[in-house]
Amino acid sequence: MSLDPITLSVIQAGLQQVCDEMDLSFSRAAFSPVIAEANDRSDGIYDAQDGALIAQGAGGLPVFVGTMQYSTRTLIEMIADGCVAAPQPGDIYIVNDPYLGGTHLMDVRFALPFYRNGEIYCWLSNTGHWPDTGGAVPGGFSASATAVEQEGLRLPPVRLFKQGVLDTEIYSIICSNIRVADQRIGDVRAQAAALELGAERLGLLLDRYGDSVVTEAIAELRRRAAEQMRAFIAQIPEGPHESTAWIDSDGVVDVPLAIRLSVRREGDGLSFDFSGSSEPCMGPMNSVRATTLSSVYLAMRHIFPEVPISAGAFEPLYVTGIDGTFLDAQYPRPVSGCAAEVSQRIAEAVFAALVSVLPNRVTAAPAGTSGNFALGGHDPDRGRDFVMYQLSGGGYGGYSGGDGLSNGCSTIGISKAPPVEIMEQAFPVLYHRYALREGSGGAGAQRGGFGLDYEVELRRGSATASFVMDHGRTGPLGALGGADGAVNEVNVWQNGAPYTPLHLSKEQNIPLQPGDRVRVKTPGGGGYGDPFTRAPDLVAEDVRLGRYSTDQAHDLFGVVLDDLGAIDVTATNKARGKE
Amino acid sequence: MTDKARLVAGIDVGGTFTDLVQIDQASGAVRLAKVPSTPGNQAFGVMEALRQAGSDLGALDLIVHGTTTTTNAVLERKLSRTGLITTMGFRDVLELGRRTRPQAYGMTGQFTPLIPRDLRLEVPERMDASGQVVTPLDEDAVLAAGHALLAAGCEALVVHFLHAYANPAHERRAAALLRDIWPNAHITMAHAILSESREYERGVTAAVNASVQPILARYLDRLTTDLAQGGYRNDMLVMNGNGGMVSARLVAQEAAKTVMSGPASGVMAAAYTGRAAGMENLITYDMGGTSTDVALIRDAEPAVSNEIEIEYAMPIHVPMVDVRTVGAGGGSIARVTEAGLLQVGPQSAGSDPGPICYGRGGSDPTISDANLLLGRLDPAKLAVAGGVALSDVAAIFDTKLAQPLGLSVPEAAEAVIRVANTRMAGAIRMVSISLGADPRDFALFAFGGAGPLHAAALARELGVPRVLVPCRPGITNALGCVVADLRHDFVTTLNTPLDALDPATLDDVFDAQIDRGERMIAKEHIDLTGIRHIYSVDMQFVGQTHLLRVPLEQPNVDLATLQALFEEAYFARFRVKLDRIRANLVNVNTSVIGMRAPLDLSTLIDPAGRKETVAQAQTGTRTVRFDGAMLDTPVYWRDHLPLDVEISGPAIIEQMDCTTLIEPGDHARGDTGGNIVIEIGGAA
Repeated sequence: MSLDPITLSVIQAGLQQVCDEMDLSFSRAAFSPVIAEANDRSDGIYDAQDGALIAQGAGGLPVFVGTMQYSTRTLIEMIADGCVAAPQPGDIYIVNDPYLGGTHLMDVRFALPFYRNGEIYCWLSNTGHWPDTGGAVPGGFSASATAVEQEGLRLPPVRLFKQGVLDTEIYSIICSNIRVADQRIGDVRAQAAALELGAERLGLLLDRYGDSVVTEAIAELRRRAAEQMRAFIAQIPEGPHESTAWIDSDGVVDVPLAIRLSVRREGDGLSFDFSGSSEPCMGPMNSVRATTLSSVYLAMRHIFPEVPISAGAFEPLYVTGIDGTFLDAQYPRPVSGCAAEVSQRIAEAVFAALVSVLPNRVTAAPAGTSGNFALGGHDPDRGRDFVMYQLSGGGYGGYSGGDGLSNGCSTIGISKAPPVEIMEQAFPVLYHRYALREGSGGAGAQRGGFGLDYEVELRRGSATASFVMDHGRTGPLGALGGADGAVNEVNVWQNGAPYTPLHLSKEQNIPLQPGDRVRVKTPGGGGYGDPFTRAPDLVAEDVRLGRYSTDQAHDLFGVVLDDLGAIDVTATNKARGKE
Repeated sequence: MTDKARLVAGIDVGGTFTDLVQIDQASGAVRLAKVPSTPGNQAFGVMEALRQAGSDLGALDLIVHGTTTTTNAVLERKLSRTGLITTMGFRDVLELGRRTRPQAYGMTGQFTPLIPRDLRLEVPERMDASGQVVTPLDEDAVLAAGHALLAAGCEALVVHFLHAYANPAHERRAAALLRDIWPNAHITMAHAILSESREYERGVTAAVNASVQPILARYLDRLTTDLAQGGYRNDMLVMNGNGGMVSARLVAQEAAKTVMSGPASGVMAAAYTGRAAGMENLITYDMGGTSTDVALIRDAEPAVSNEIEIEYAMPIHVPMVDVRTVGAGGGSIARVTEAGLLQVGPQSAGSDPGPICYGRGGSDPTISDANLLLGRLDPAKLAVAGGVALSDVAAIFDTKLAQPLGLSVPEAAEAVIRVANTRMAGAIRMVSISLGADPRDFALFAFGGAGPLHAAALARELGVPRVLVPCRPGITNALGCVVADLRHDFVTTLNTPLDALDPATLDDVFDAQIDRGERMIAKEHIDLTGIRHIYSVDMQFVGQTHLLRVPLEQPNVDLATLQALFEEAYFARFRVKLDRIRANLVNVNTSVIGMRAPLDLSTLIDPAGRKETVAQAQTGTRTVRFDGAMLDTPVYWRDHLPLDVEISGPAIIEQMDCTTLIEPGDHARGDTGGNIVIEIGGAA
């Protein structure tokens, strides 16, 4: 029996629907704002034999697009080897070990074996970012950790639910090792309930179309996703297409880390060779294998969003040369920066390598940092400790269709930033500005978007400030003659005296007293194309709106404006060398 | 309240047509009109509709108006020049947004703030989160900013200060100062339109309000003048997005509330029709040319939300009927992807050029074209549309779809419908689930030009047991204007853990809301049969951010009951029991509703025109393709069908502006309200 294309489309939509419903249910029921508001979670369906991705929710956090198939595969292998207890219907495994197909410790994966007629038909799995899993600093992002043990509690795959019942002994061990444990039960229930809902919906889909038809459809969809990706790849010149992207430092040793990438088309497949990239680092800017692969996948999905999320889409993508580099860190290297920072730089390397051969698909580099500023301290008015996070966006890269977006979310995320008013309600701080960072967009025919410029004051008590950011040393890469976006800047005023973090974008536990201030300026996006070809009236408009100064119009874009902001055509032509 | 409204006209201005329903509540006599909308000045279309219906303006007791003036202004960004005066350091809030991008994948896309940067000015002032003054208001700076914005040609003004929801003193003082120098009344204080924290959402809501205010005020001024010249002597009411009506004299003050006026009136008509038909749980399904609007009605109450985002990064946080738009309509384009899969939408041929069958040069296969090829729409109407033959449509389907898929043309057309229905059903299911409802517990209320054509298939896909097709699916929005109640919604934020709440506080809040609503209704001169109230609270577990709405039968409820009701609702929604975590009461909500006298809707189809038997209403037979089989399908004229009609599918029912499809295995019957109810056979 062969499947008609219509049944195929219908089953594809049905599988997608199961995942979207799991995403929705997880977010709505979760307690952690990271999951409930920021959607830092993902749900999907995975192959029973090899864990290959069958379908994943459209609203999942992009960086999880490729990770869960590795964690599921590892789990299947460990069960086969007898190192993990064999599943029973109703069981749900929990695991957060980064080296077993993960990201950082805070991303906790649940996996449910889905049974049909007594056999495992497939796995349902989800990942949720827990606000804390123990470790040296609240929230888990320690800029100076040198081993994973300092970053939090590491869980191997164990059955947290056995035949539908929560194992309270395992749960109590977890609770004794994490902060704000009293609310975690809500997230645990939400995460498990999402998988159970998915199981129910998937069962209905199988009942309706028949197991064998759905099985056949899954194989066919995988084949077709691969075919679609191959069709896109075939348009890319053979190459090699090379790029280098930089991370400021690992937070411990103040030396830049390089991601060196060479992309080459091999037939209708694409190889990504990272050999020559930096060695594993002391500090937490290491990536693990699953995160590195997933970062390449998510970059390709940003470039070809039409290809459905399925293991097939990743089949023609070969990642090589990461052995022995910081992109394939082994135990016990610290990894808290992998999901938020290193992943974005890997994506930037992919964009930079391919923008010249896919100029209508790829943008200049986006800000590429999650801009993690954590403030932990004691609020005497409320008589309790607090931990505040400010994650920030930055400018996106210019692209063939227009200027980059300002203050966009990180490449690997889709979450909203919290309002200033909510931050001030919850924490003893006062923001003095929350503004567009003027002049930060990389100049180009299509300029980069602008970063954010905020300044916040501690009002009472005492606190320490920590930063895990990046692009402080070099800005997001411009493309095709465009300039780089502005670098990230952090300034701290202690008792009126300015202080710059040693690693520019990273430092831990800078003490603050009331009245002390932190100012952060996030990167602008890279410019796209020669800025001297940008339409002068667009430059004049940006100046009129105060986004660039008159001097910048001249220096960066070769556009001369008079005192009233009007274009001096003769002087502009001269400045642009077009006399 | 001497002049009771007996002769009522509802007029809805939509994107394409302006519709009118006039009902004489004493005699049941109905007049209808449908004329092209006049986007330049919608008043022309309104007056034309009244003329076409032969309405006697002097005799009309009441005109209720649904308008897309503000919707269009916002979506097309044809806004009044508006300035913003805001807290020092925060003028870019409206441009920075909440750090998002338009799509999850693809690092591209654009965003243009409602108010450009050079018209956003800052003044020294600052409140903290508890409403304490940190920096006093610089009054000279406020006046200087006002003068600067006037000089820059602004017509409307927003005053938006941080934490003004906690203490509005600075906003009020600034507005008072500005009123002395501003030449008109178009000054919006952000806290007055939305008194909740979140500076971006409040700022955008206020910016929308200010920038459509002059447009709405001018339009209503023109229209009421035209109406008065025509002899109309009464106050006109305007439909708000919450499904309630407000006097035209007052509506512009809170102009943002009229965005979504049109879709809201459609949903109100659905709720009204459903209640009369004894079907109080409905999913409304309004399928038009480019998009489909979906809303949920439970116990005859439309779901209302105050967190609607009408397009990317444009939240309007005032109570509005929660209408969700699904990107599929008759003009949605079908294509074969690089992977050889058939895909329908999200691209649309729109209304220009529109589907191939419109004959305006469209060359992409669409859902409407597929319906035509399958015989579901009348091919004879093609000739009227102009220039396109059925064979032209078939040829395009052959090249673009059938050949690449290895199918025949009819198979390809059927595939387009099937894939489109699957996508729409999936989208409808997501809407209902996100509102906490299982679609199988609802009936589908089908309206709009294309709704009744797809409704039966969608219902089958969704497991919905029956479909309700009203008398006049094409003018449902105008009907909503006629039947809508007076309605005032109140939200008060307490944000207090239940165990710390003083029960007396809760009682006081409810009492104040009820009192305010009843006093407002008393000022509106409308014939009412009574006043009813809807009470609810929004709750969460301490530590959560999402809210769960808990409906209350009555306002006086003790805290233990509240806790129990919340846990029950939470379990029903998420299948999770969390009895050891404290509950938080966030919002207290009351809707005060002035109920209008019931109308007999069956007269919307002239009873005199109805025939004795079904056979007499048959106009012919068409060959229609269902699931690969070519079936002879009888075609009926809706206006001629007897009230108690019974028809088994396959059958087609045509009327002036709409076609209803009854599929094989389905069974349709007429009810006393003139509706057609389709029972879905073998619902999945």
